[in-house]
Amino acid sequence: MEYLSIFVKGIFVENMIFAYFLGMCSYLAVSKTVKTANGLGLAVIFVLGITVPINYLLENYVLKEGALQWIDPAYASINLSFLSFIMFIAVIASMVQLVEMIVEKFAPALYGALGIFLPLIAVNCSILGGALFMQDRQYPSIGEATVFGLGSGVGWWLAIVAIAAIREKIRYSNVPAPLKGLGITFIITGLMGIAFMSFMGIEI
Amino acid sequence: MSTETAAATAKKESLFSKKNRRLLSDPLDDSNPITVQVLGICSALAITVQLQQAVIMSLSVLFVMIGGNVIVSLLRNMIPDRIRIIVQLVIVASLVIIVDQVLKAFQPDISEKLSVFVGLIITNCIIMGRLEAFALANKPGPSFLDAIGNAMGYAWILLAVSVVREVFGSGAISLPGMGQIKFLPSSWFMSEGGFYENNNLMILPPMALITVGIIIWIQRSRNQALFEEN
Repeated sequence: MEYLSIFVKGIFVENMIFAYFLGMCSYLAVSKTVKTANGLGLAVIFVLGITVPINYLLENYVLKEGALQWIDPAYASINLSFLSFIMFIAVIASMVQLVEMIVEKFAPALYGALGIFLPLIAVNCSILGGALFMQDRQYPSIGEATVFGLGSGVGWWLAIVAIAAIREKIRYSNVPAPLKGLGITFIITGLMGIAFMSFMGIEI
Repeated sequence: MSTETAAATAKKESLFSKKNRRLLSDPLDDSNPITVQVLGICSALAITVQLQQAVIMSLSVLFVMIGGNVIVSLLRNMIPDRIRIIVQLVIVASLVIIVDQVLKAFQPDISEKLSVFVGLIITNCIIMGRLEAFALANKPGPSFLDAIGNAMGYAWILLAVSVVREVFGSGAISLPGMGQIKFLPSSWFMSEGGFYENNNLMILPPMALITVGIIIWIQRSRNQALFEEN
């Protein structure tokens, strides 16, 4: 039940785009057609599902205060959490590189769909944001951290596919010329955010 | 001594040549990082509830941006092309760690409010975008100016959005070190029997997007060259 709650919360209540604006840059740049938006969204789910648990292990067995206790009780007073930014971003950048190579070798069809998006993802705020929120909220086990990663990934995918579908349709509407493109996308995202706020407070 | 100063002025003149001045002024309007280049939106929207957070965030970005641009520009001939993203990320992450530690030490309240968004300066697209597009191909002097220009372009949007949101959302203005300054008498508020009520919608996340949307609308209606096809 706990897992389902974290998952649903990640998708609707604490949606990466509508509640925290994470990954806005690629959200705005790659949402012109549903097909590419779908590819990028799937890549984000994939990478969040892998990097959040790895960063969870790193946080709990290396970085947190007293986390090095498993090597020697004498290390209990060491607190390396000031290194977390650089460690998280290094893990993310190298994992993305690794995932790209593995997918290219073993799943060429998937690589064809995700390939061009994977390098973009290393600098997508939502991936580092996922790791930092995981650190902030201190999930009790790796299972919950993984479900949180997947849930926020699905939320991000949902948001980018929805805005891409709206942008495909809005091409036929009569938008004021200065608002075309970026401006109207911002305002629509704001309205979608207001709609998503109605999910606030749901508990499962 | 005199030759030194002469050399210094000559260098200074070339640093502030017409071309270099454009590096400073262009990002403020025609190639603004947020409203035109669409970079660095994530953090711009999330921390604009109060002016003081926006001020601190702008200063942090200014520092990281200048440091990153100058360091990458100095190292530009030594960085192998294939691993440049990772090298840039490490440089930026180190600078962000410095900012984070300084904020935790001197502005603990604001550091708490900014929470994960200080860390997210690392993946702020403005910084990576300028490193890739400018610092890797230019000398440290112009890179320094480019960093200041883009950080200022980022800062004014941030400050504008946060002033709008705080004035209408909380009826106050807050500055770092001065706390919140209320400029309406408290007897005007509904809770005290007055007629005025804050617009709470302004504090909620969606209004940040709509405010930026309106800034884009105003900016583009003044400049036809920025119109998009659809």
